[in-house]
Amino acid sequence: MTMRLAYERELAALREGIVTMSSMVDKAIARSMDAFKNQDLPLARSVIEADAKINAIRWKLEDEALTIIATQAPMAGDLRWIAACLHIVTDLERMADHAAGNAKILLETSDEPLLKPLVDIPRMADIAREMLSDAISAFIHYDAEAARAIVRRDDEIDNLYNQVYRELLTFMMSDPRTISRATHLLWASHNVERIGDRTTNICEQVVYVVEGRLEDIEVSDY
Amino acid sequence: MTALSNPPNPVAIDTRPANHVSGAAEHADRVEPAVIQVRDLSVYYGQFHAVGGVTFDVPQNKITALIGPSGCGKSTVLRCINRMNDLVPTARVVGEINYHGVNINDPRVDPVGVRRRIGMVFQKPNPFPKSIYDNVAWGAKVNGIRANMDDLVEQCLRRAALWDEVHDKLQQSGLALSGGQQQRLCIARALANNPDVILMDEPCSALDPISTLRIEDLMRELIQDVTIVIVTHNMQQAARVSDQTVFFSLGENRMGQLIEASPTRELFTNPRDSRTEDYITGRFG
Repeated sequence: MTMRLAYERELAALREGIVTMSSMVDKAIARSMDAFKNQDLPLARSVIEADAKINAIRWKLEDEALTIIATQAPMAGDLRWIAACLHIVTDLERMADHAAGNAKILLETSDEPLLKPLVDIPRMADIAREMLSDAISAFIHYDAEAARAIVRRDDEIDNLYNQVYRELLTFMMSDPRTISRATHLLWASHNVERIGDRTTNICEQVVYVVEGRLEDIEVSDY
Repeated sequence: MTALSNPPNPVAIDTRPANHVSGAAEHADRVEPAVIQVRDLSVYYGQFHAVGGVTFDVPQNKITALIGPSGCGKSTVLRCINRMNDLVPTARVVGEINYHGVNINDPRVDPVGVRRRIGMVFQKPNPFPKSIYDNVAWGAKVNGIRANMDDLVEQCLRRAALWDEVHDKLQQSGLALSGGQQQRLCIARALANNPDVILMDEPCSALDPISTLRIEDLMRELIQDVTIVIVTHNMQQAARVSDQTVFFSLGENRMGQLIEASPTRELFTNPRDSRTEDYITGRFG
């Protein structure tokens, strides 16, 4: 029987806050990529505006987690879970920064046409969003095996990133006038690649929560 | 108290470091030798089986905390370690408590000798109605310790972190001190017998937070020379101060049982047993 009702309510509120924040981050990633694909500047501006809200919710959740530590003295699995929350809100906030970074790249390069239609970078973003959704689900359901499986998908993002990198190098070598546009696309793809890496961090936190082990599931080369 | 008389001791208590004593299998990776090994300990009060099947090691120069819900037998186990349960007429102790390799429950072992080497500090500070000086010196005198008594008193009060506060009023009554000071005086009194192990039964439960932290700091100092076993209801205290934590709970028929003995850091972050997890996260108990 649960004996600490107020405490349980505080943990539940933190859990709901993380789900809400992850949904906001997912939306930011999707919108920034749509804006890039369609050269939609108003949409890009809305991603940047929304980033401030994501930053605010990060501070709010961090404050809630620290308050629980200070006032409820959580132990064992609860302590690991709250420590994981502190890491996860930081990773989520940084993922949103990467999305906002892409929106800013678009705004700064809006006077140049896209070097090529975007195919691989949106694919990378789609995989990253699926990974994020699955990672948060694994966190909510205390599923370490699922978390380990999600991390393996980061290889797909890394492979696509390599492909994009080689392709853009080819553009730059064959026509130096494309260097500026190609570099901006390279930055954009790197931002998405980092979103995948941040998701693997969340998966590592899930393993820590469930098994009490801090382990590097996979180290990205980038 | 008659138990403080000094009869000949048929089985000598060996106080050498117990390097030769092998640890329990679950503590095979521990480097520190065990001063005390509790093996399959059961305690009965009349027909009531209060505690059963308790097995754990107390590592030397470390603090071992015994935690668990009320009535789970942790104080009962603590009292067994210096045979205080002998003083309870209905109590019966079964199993072994090996102190430096000697089973202190052996009928040939003198309980007074045991208590001289394994001192105790109680929940409520209980200084004698005597001067501060005599509180420390009296036990040593009774036990025939031949030393410069002034030096001994000063040394014990310094080790108990009380000297600076009382050095100019040693002839005042111990009862005139604050609660925290009285408890440190009781620790100084225990130290005067040059014990090897000090048992503490909720030593801070009657103290304010500042006095509690002073006692905890003192405990960390003392383990340079002694081994400490503490019973506490305050899990934060166990987490702050101890090296090893032993969790007890109530089993069938309300019998106390040991659930888990683990390094403190491990027990409070990643306990092995779900019953420990439930207790320390406040979901039962």
